[in-house]
This record gives sequence, structure tokens and C-alpha cells, in this order.
Amino acid sequence: MNVLYFAWVRERIGLPREDVDTTATTVAELVDELRAREDRYALAFSDLSALRVAVDQELSDFDAKLDGVREVAFFPPMTGG
Amino acid sequence: MRIAIQQAPFDLGVESTRFAAGHRDVGAVVTFTGIVRDTGNARLDAMEIEHYPGMTETAVTEMAREAQTRWSLADVLIIHRHGRLETGDMIMMVATASRHRKDAFEAAEYLMDYLKSRAPFWKREVTAEGASWVEARGEDEDALSRW
Repeated sequence: MNVLYFAWVRERIGLPREDVDTTATTVAELVDELRAREDRYALAFSDLSALRVAVDQELSDFDAKLDGVREVAFFPPMTGG
Repeated sequence: MRIAIQQAPFDLGVESTRFAAGHRDVGAVVTFTGIVRDTGNARLDAMEIEHYPGMTETAVTEMAREAQTRWSLADVLIIHRHGRLETGDMIMMVATASRHRKDAFEAAEYLMDYLKSRAPFWKREVTAEGASWVEARGEDEDALSRW
């Protein structure tokens, strides 16, 4: 699974993207796996209400299934315009 | 319809003129331009804009298509920059063309509301005191509910 991080999520984790070997079936399970890895992940994912998620480049939510999904991205609320 | 997600600056006059020209059924063109300004309490050294290549183009194209289904539009133009910008630099522009002004105004407002909160861009302000990510504002999220 290709996992991407943007803005302060990227800064806290220290990576823009990584290939994650996962058995997670939902985004929430993927988050639990990542949190359990190291403090920097636990810190980045400490408050999910401050985070948004995109699944295969489409805005989604933490309940989304990961069947056949190639790319998951985590980021703070967007500030375009 | 033209969507451009780019690092390079753009020429507002040239873009607006080119966009407005060449239609026989267009009576109204609305343009909006976003410009980098100082923060509320500090002089800005730079604004850095990060984005999600691939998703940005898809999401912005989808917004433009949705605007075209909701309003009667002859054309839509969206240019949004990323990378390092300075105070006074143009960040982005939206232009809408329609037979009458109401459609053009409303569609431009709709696109601005969605670009603010649903296009994957993140702004970071750099001042003498350091750099900080711009936080999304609740009122920007609330603005979507009117559509």
C-alpha cells in the first residue's frame, strides 16, 4: 500500500510517502497499525478529527474499506484558494 | 474548460482577455484572483503552498464539471499555483463565462468555496518568527453548506 503524508502530517512523520505492508481492511485499521509503530506516528495520528484522508486520490473517511486500494493519503484540512 | 495547476506565475490580464474573447453567446465574465498578503500580525516573508499531485487536478476538474452542471456556463478557467510565493504574488484565479452575470458570479463563488476547503492544497506562512501551517477556518467549511 502506498501511503502519503502532506503538510504537518508529513513533517511529524518525517516522510512524504512510504510503501506499507499491511493487513488492514479499513483506513481506521491502517491508522492503528501505523500508530503502533513509533511515537512519531502516534503523535501524527493522535487526533483524527484534525485529519482528512483520501483513498486512491478521492476524499474519503476513516471507515473506508481498503479492498483493491493502492494509495491512501493523510493530511490536515485543506487550505486552498 | 481549462485547469492549470502550476508553479509558474500567470499573467492575469492575458489570461482574462484570452478567456473573455471569441464567444458569441457570452455576456458576462467574472474573474476572482487570490493574492498573497501579510498575516494579521506579522510581515510575511513567503507563503509555501504544498499540494497533492494527481488528486489536485482530479478534484479541481471535478469541481469545474459540477459548476457546469449547476449553472449555465460557456467556459471555466482555474489556475492555481504551488511552491514558494511572496507577498503580492498571485496565488490563483477563477474565471467563469456565461450569458448573464448571475450564473457567472454564483459559479465563481461556488468554485472559490470548494477550492478553499476541498482542493488538496496546504498553505504555510513564513515570517521572521518562524513558519506555520495555515489552519482551515470553520467559516470556510460552513460556506460549503449553502451549496
